[in-house]
Amino acid sequence: MKFDNLSLELLNTISNLTKIPNGAANIRVDGEAVVCSSSANVTITPREDGQGFTLEVKPGTIGETVHVPVLLTQTGLQETVANTFIIGENSDITIIAGCGIHNPSHNDSRHDGIHEFIVKPGARLKYVEKHYGQGQGQGKRIMNPTTKINLQSGASAEMEMTQIKGVDDTFRSTIARIEDKASLKIIERLMTDGDQSAESDVQINIVGKAGSGQILSRSVARDKSIQVFKAALVGRVECTGHVECDSIIMDNARISSIPELVAEDSEAVLTHEAAIGKIAGEQLIKLMSLGLTEQEAIDVILDGFLR
Amino acid sequence: MLKLENLCMTVNGDNGQGREIIRGLNLEFEKGKIYAITGPNGGGKTSIAKLVMGIFKPNSGHIYLNDEEITNLSISDRAHRGITYAFQQPPRFKGLTIEDLIKIARPGIDQLALRGAMRDVGLCPEDYLMRDVGPGLSGGEMKRVEIAQVLARNAKVTIFDEPEAGVDLWTIQKLIGILYNKFKDNPESITIIITHNENILRICDEIMVIQNGLVQARGTREEIWHLIKDDVECKMKEQCGELLTYEI
Repeated sequence: MKFDNLSLELLNTISNLTKIPNGAANIRVDGEAVVCSSSANVTITPREDGQGFTLEVKPGTIGETVHVPVLLTQTGLQETVANTFIIGENSDITIIAGCGIHNPSHNDSRHDGIHEFIVKPGARLKYVEKHYGQGQGQGKRIMNPTTKINLQSGASAEMEMTQIKGVDDTFRSTIARIEDKASLKIIERLMTDGDQSAESDVQINIVGKAGSGQILSRSVARDKSIQVFKAALVGRVECTGHVECDSIIMDNARISSIPELVAEDSEAVLTHEAAIGKIAGEQLIKLMSLGLTEQEAIDVILDGFLR
Repeated sequence: MLKLENLCMTVNGDNGQGREIIRGLNLEFEKGKIYAITGPNGGGKTSIAKLVMGIFKPNSGHIYLNDEEITNLSISDRAHRGITYAFQQPPRFKGLTIEDLIKIARPGIDQLALRGAMRDVGLCPEDYLMRDVGPGLSGGEMKRVEIAQVLARNAKVTIFDEPEAGVDLWTIQKLIGILYNKFKDNPESITIIITHNENILRICDEIMVIQNGLVQARGTREEIWHLIKDDVECKMKEQCGELLTYEI
């Protein structure tokens, strides 16, 4: 399988890949899985309708990285894909996903990805997902990811979900269920500009004793873009949880940040912090005093903030 | 040479009227010398530093660096001309590491020099380089990082704004050693230190006392010590709890 330059560029932007990776991988291009390979410990089985796969990690698998990126380069393509990830007991695995859309036309391109994670007892998962859009056409680049996470007893997961830029419209839904002694950390980074809009709705339900959940969100809204961030943390038992939403607002953008804490047990310790503000003048001056122009200083601050 | 000529600067006062904080200031700084600027709070010391760096704009007057007028140059243009300024209270950056910041301060710096700049200010590179210049650092650590960046720049004009403020005694002692070794009799650099610290004043070739936006006195430490003794000792007590001096 050979990728054209455009696909390679997208692939590199969303997953740092410059070639087809070794081991288990699923690369979907324009509605079709062009690479689908399993390894000794990770099995990827396509769904019968071709619209997704089930990825299963054998118990005790340690240190494997699996790439499952999606590319849309065909104009006007709209798809819904459902993937299931079953992470076996006591395994420790990294999954690198992401979606890149190139849309140079006047038709909208849309990818709705539904990911369901079942992380079995004692397993550790690191999930990295990047969304990116490009192309000069009037057609929108739309991505609507739905992420369902079920962390079983003693499991842990770190989910890093980033919208780099170029996504015109997105609704991100993330729902998690945390069982006893399991822990989840969700890191979300969002960048919008122009007339883009992004809405993210994260809900973590901690149902197991000594479970913990953390939502860290950083976003930058420029131009006339609109962002809505809802983060709900529900503690049903003795547990800990923290929500942190930090946003930089620029130009004529609009940001709503709505953290919600719900405790249903007197031993639930839930906290939240939310801040929205512009780039501090002293930060700009500091970087300019080191030789950067104002625009370079802004870029450095935003890159760092969203890193 | 750095030359300030008839500089005036007015800011909006509390009553809505203009308040002149720099009043027709004339100063010259020569290469190879370390200058101290001292004087009471609100006298205009930091304003002078910010005028030189281009952070403040004068209402009138001129600034020259090596005979080139830089009065209307931007902050970054002045940085490219070789002026650097260590902030009294450096800002924090979420997501930027100390290594990132030093590399911005001196593009292309090699690992040896980068680590050397860290060690100079008493920060172990292995422990600190990858740390964010963010809320996780204490005020003293932030100050050391700030000084490390300035040292990395090897600038023609280096301005330190109260480098002793918020820094522990051990670091002040180390800092004085660095200032002495790096800048004393360095024929390529002009060093200006805003300070109230007696031990820093000791290594300076010339001291300028700034009050009400004007130079009230100027001379060597011996020449003007009687004028600044009370102010310096008072500040030293604030910082150290008691008067301490170091032998250099």
